[in-house]
Order: sequence, then C-alpha cells, then structure tokens
Amino acid sequence: MATLIESTPDVERKRNFRFRSLTATYVKELGVKSLLGACAALSVLTTLAIVVVLFTEASRFFQADDVYCDAAVVEDGVSHKCGSFVATSTRDSAGTQVACSTCGKLHTMPAEVTLVGFLTGSKWQPLIGRESEKKFGVWALITGTLLVSVIAMCLALPLGLITAIYLSEYANAHVRATIKPTLEVLAGIPTVVYGFFALTVITPTLKTFHDGFNTFNAMAGGIAVGILCLPIVSSLVEDALQAVPRSLREGAYGMGATKFEVSTKVVVPAALSGIISAFLLAVSRAVGETMIVALCVGSRPQMSLDPRDDMQTMTGWMVQMVLGDVSNYDVEYLSMYAVAALLFLMTLALTFAGNLVRRRFREEYQ
Amino acid sequence: MKTSQPHPLERLAGKVQPRNRQFWDHAFRWMCVAVASISILFLIVLLISILYQGVSSLNWNFLVHYPEPNPTNAGIGPALWGTIWVCIVCGVFALPIGVATAVFLEEFQPRSKWLRRCHSFIQLNITNLAGVPSVVYGILGLTLFVSMAGQFGTAKEPYMSFGVKYYDQFLSAGERALLVPIEDPSMPATVVVPGMKALNNDGDWVEVNVVKSRRDMPRDDAGREYALVEGRSSGRIQKPSWYFFRLPFGRSVLAGAFTLMLVILPIVIISSQEAIRGVPRSLREAGLGLAATKWQVVRNVTLPAAIPGIMTGSILAMSRAIGEAAPILILAGAIFITSSPSSLMDDFTVMPLQIFDWASRPQHGFHQVAAAGIILLLGILFIFNSVAVLIRQFAHTKSS
Repeated sequence: MATLIESTPDVERKRNFRFRSLTATYVKELGVKSLLGACAALSVLTTLAIVVVLFTEASRFFQADDVYCDAAVVEDGVSHKCGSFVATSTRDSAGTQVACSTCGKLHTMPAEVTLVGFLTGSKWQPLIGRESEKKFGVWALITGTLLVSVIAMCLALPLGLITAIYLSEYANAHVRATIKPTLEVLAGIPTVVYGFFALTVITPTLKTFHDGFNTFNAMAGGIAVGILCLPIVSSLVEDALQAVPRSLREGAYGMGATKFEVSTKVVVPAALSGIISAFLLAVSRAVGETMIVALCVGSRPQMSLDPRDDMQTMTGWMVQMVLGDVSNYDVEYLSMYAVAALLFLMTLALTFAGNLVRRRFREEYQ
Repeated sequence: MKTSQPHPLERLAGKVQPRNRQFWDHAFRWMCVAVASISILFLIVLLISILYQGVSSLNWNFLVHYPEPNPTNAGIGPALWGTIWVCIVCGVFALPIGVATAVFLEEFQPRSKWLRRCHSFIQLNITNLAGVPSVVYGILGLTLFVSMAGQFGTAKEPYMSFGVKYYDQFLSAGERALLVPIEDPSMPATVVVPGMKALNNDGDWVEVNVVKSRRDMPRDDAGREYALVEGRSSGRIQKPSWYFFRLPFGRSVLAGAFTLMLVILPIVIISSQEAIRGVPRSLREAGLGLAATKWQVVRNVTLPAAIPGIMTGSILAMSRAIGEAAPILILAGAIFITSSPSSLMDDFTVMPLQIFDWASRPQHGFHQVAAAGIILLLGILFIFNSVAVLIRQFAHTKSS
C-alpha cells in the first residue's frame, strides 16, 4: 500500500522539490548589487582622482620647492653634501643668486610663479632666458585655444545647424541614408587623421590663396577642428529638432507657412535650448582638442589674433612638455598640470552650462 | 521661462509677408542641399588625399617592419601589435565595468531619498566625465598609473616586481652574448674572473675562456667563441616573462590600457544605459511576476534583450580607443619602439601615436608612410564600424 502512494506523480514531484535557501538568495543579491555599485563608484573615483591630481600638482607649480644645497662641504676631513635648504621666499625679482646660509654657495632660484600672474599674464616664455626671466602668463595660450575654437565654431555651427535643419525638416529617407552615414564616418575618424589632413592638404590649399600663411597656422587647425565638430553639432541639433512636437509644425503649415518659415520661425526657436546646449558641447570639444593643434598649429605662444601665424594652444603646450626632455620636478613641467587644471575647469564649465541650458530652459509644448 | 516667451505660433502670426516667401523657401532649400553636401565633399577630399599620398607605401613590409629611420623601409609592426595589446586589455577592463555601471544605474534604482541623490550624482558625474578632454585623462594616467605619484619608486627601481630575470651581459670576441644571471638587481655589475661560467645564446651553461689581455685572444673562431678579457665589466639587461608585473606600471601597456579605459568608460556606460532603457518594461515585469529577484531578471531577461545595443555601443567605444592618440601621447612621450610588446609591463606605441610621430617630421617620405598608416587605421575602424552596423541590422530584423 505504502509503495503505491509513493509512486504517484504528485508525491514524486513533492519529493524532488527542494526548497532553496532564501537567505542565500538575499546574500547573493546583495553581493551582486554591491559589486555593481562598486563599478559605478569607480566613475566618481575617476573624477575625484582628476581633481586631486590636477590641483595638488598645480599647487606645487605655484609654490616651488625650496632649493636643495648640494655643495660639497669638508668637515673633519670627510666630504659630504651641505644638505640644507634655501627658502624660495628669499629670492628677489631681479633674479640675483641667493647664498646658502650654511655653506655660502650661490644658488639660482626658480622662477617666481604666482596664481595672479599666471591667470592675468600675457607672456608665456618658460623655456628661454634665465630662471628669473621666465614668464608664465597663461593668456598667451588661452588666446591660441580661443582663436582655433572660434575659427572652428565659425565653420561648424552654421554648417552643422543647417545640415541638421535639412536632415530634420527637408530631407527624404533617400537623402538621409546618404548624409547620416557620411556624418557618422566623419565623427568616427581619429583626430590625428584630421591633423595630418590639415598639415598636408588644408595648409597648402590656404597658401595657394594667400601667401601670408605660415607652414603652421591657426587657420588650418581651426578648419580641421571645425570639420571634427560638424558631425557633433549636427547630430545633437538634429536630436533637439526632432524632439519638437509635430503638432507645432502642423499648426504653422495650417496657417499657410512655407517650409522655410516653419523651420526658422517655429522649429528652431522651439528647440533653442537644445541647440545652444549642442553649441556649448561642441565648443568644449574644440577647446580640448589636442592632436590637430599639436600637428598643425605650431608651438609659438603669443597674444595674436592673426590666423595666418603659428600659435600655441593650451593642449599644444602639454604635448610640447611631454615630448621635450624636461625633468619631472622642473617648474616648466609642473606648469603642464596648471594648464591642464585650467582646461579641465573650462570644459567642465561648458559641459555643465550645456546640460543646464538643456534641462532648465527646455520649452515644453503639449 | 514659459510665460515670458510667446508661443511659437504667436510669433509667426502677424509677421507673414506674402511677397518673396516662395523665393526664400526655394533659396533656403538649395542652400541646405549645398551645405549638407559640403560634409560629403569634406569626406571625399579627405579620403582621396590620404589614399593618394599613402597607397604607394602600403605593402607587406610596411605591416611587419619596425619604424626605421629611413622612410622607405619604415613599418608599423610594433605599433600595430601595441594597438592590439592595449585595446584588448582596455576592453577586458572597460566593457564589464561599463556594463555593470549601466545595469546598476538603470536597474537598481533605490527608493530612499538619499540613495537616490547618490544615484543622480553618479549619473551627472558620468555626463561630465564624457565631456572631459582626453588629454586630461592622459595627464591623470601619467601621474596615477605611470609614476603612481612617486609613491612606489620609479619604473627603473620598482617598489615591487615579479616575473623578471636580470642578467649581466658580456659580448665575447666571437660576437656572442654571454649572460650571467643576477639574483638581486641592486648588486654591482659582474666582472670577468678566471673560471667563470655563463649562459650562451641557447641558454646552456658554458665555461668562459678568460684571457689576460686582448693580445692573448685566440686566433681561431672556436677559441674566440666564448673568450672574454679578464676584468671586463658588463651591461645589465632584464628579460621579462609574459607575466611580468611591477609597481609603478611605468610607461607600459597596462598603464596605457587603464588610461584608455577611463577615456571610453563614459561612452560604454551611456550607450549601454540607452540599450537597457530600450528593453520593454513588460518583459521585466513578467520576470518579477514569476518571483525572480532583480538580479535574476537582469541576468536572464534584460541583459539578453539589450545585448545587441550594448555590443554596438561597445564596438563604437573600442573604435574610439583604437583611434585615440592624445592620452597615449601624454603617457608615453617621445619614444622609439622597435619591438612589439611581449608583456603587460613592456614599453609600447600605438598606431595613432606612430602616425603622429611620422606626420610631425618635415620630410615628405615620412608623410607618405604616415598616410599609409592612416589607411591601415581607417581600414581597421571601417571593419569595426561595419560589424556594429551589421549587429544593429540583425537585431532590428530579429525583433521586428
């Protein structure tokens, strides 16, 4: 009798059923969740690391270390190094050598760098002259960066905006299928390729139009950065235009507006926040662009707005520093961190502003 | 904001002038066509100019040779292998971490107020990281990975290392390298003494034929083979195994891969988030309705459904990593590499960096080689992007 009951399928199923431990599931769930959370925390750590690294090293740039006195001193017949430190506070603006208080050896003091001088100065001469003649005025580099970015934006913003309007409002599926992949390919081309293109194609072309162009010039760099930013602007602006509800367009058409009027007087104003945000993001990209300017803009920091001349951008200075053989502890090398910190703050502000504009000033229509 | 601005339709009303309206409409349409074709023109000019300059230098030798000082013999071999090494290591770290972050942000949204703020802070942080210029990541990598802020000594005298053997190398009169293994790299250089033994090129122990001075050197080749002059000093070399590891990383493959990982992480995270967001809510709810836990739903329902989108985004992020030059340039500086990396701690160069090096030289010959390198780089990127497009289309046809 007992064997009969045990062999029914129902009982069989009950016997095979194993309760899994709920606690084990909870623990596993918690473990997985904290592992994923740790991965997410890595991005916060990255930001923290960027801020800490850039600003601690930059602060070393502004307060140069005291000079170590390595003069050989003979004491009781044994020669050893003096080993005392000469405080940097004892230097003067004329750059006179300062004597070590212990052994009397004269020392050249490092160039004096102040935050105010760095942020307001217009001369960037870290590599020529004696220590006291070195100048760290970052505006000479900012001018280069701004000039290249302005040229790039003069190209990328109008072209990108009009391309986006065309893609969003005018183009049929056939044309879109040609232009969209073209822009995607342009966006995917590495920046070093654009730099090479600027050096070997854009600059010679500019020279045929006008003799005044230097081999390295800001114009070619600006145009190349502009081509680089064009797909970014057009795709972001197109997204913004697509987000404008169809009813607005229909309403305008219903009033007898032409496509031109609908695009420029209805759709573009309605998507203005998205467009401005796209512009700001493109500017931020142009400011941080490195390889193009390193290849074709040159390495002469100067306060000039002549696009035919060679200049140096902030990123160009960093590249020159890592390519040169400057010691890790030199004030020139540390200036790289100060410039990088400034660049980081500039792009961060632009990205923030871009996201803020998009979120805060978005016009919502029902 | 909403109240201060008139409705767009109000802006239009009353301003409409019937004259010339059709003309402007046509003119604008044609301007649009012209402007849109400029981008196509840019692409065509760029590709043709690079093909024209580089196609003559593109041959098998170019793929395998190292970047010799003579442009006609120069090749991209070490840079090609460097790119492969760095991108594989970068992908191994960046893709799982990126997808995990995306899953955490999309699927594990907390309920409590403070945790929610943490969540949106991480999200904001990632958006901002995506906008940080890659050159800044290069500086971060240079400080954090290459020198580890000077906390662990230097790459030449590492704080910790394993998987490397040190040898003192002598060149015998028969032009053979003789190696003496060294236990401790801080020991002084070995000096030739009578009766010493050394390893030959094949790794066998041989007796060194020590002679008193250069005049006593044997004349025949067999005698010269392992002959050394007494008192000669040596050069210290190191032979890393494939698992060689040290702290700090130095200008190594691992440092480059970690830096590129930081560059592409925001891209991987954002594209994976979009892919996960695209999975219909009903699928998840069906899973939850079967009493599955959140992680079970993610593993068995959401991730499989989102895989095509995640893969597309990951491939595009990897192609960004392949083309990225600025962070590697900051990290590696001016280097001349003649061999492919053989361990994670080897010096390396990547294709975009090699192209930059050639392009920044004034000689025309190097520009041709740079163009050939660009053709190769664009070819690789084209293959990557085609795969991404294929996956996207395959996923579309499958889901529809």
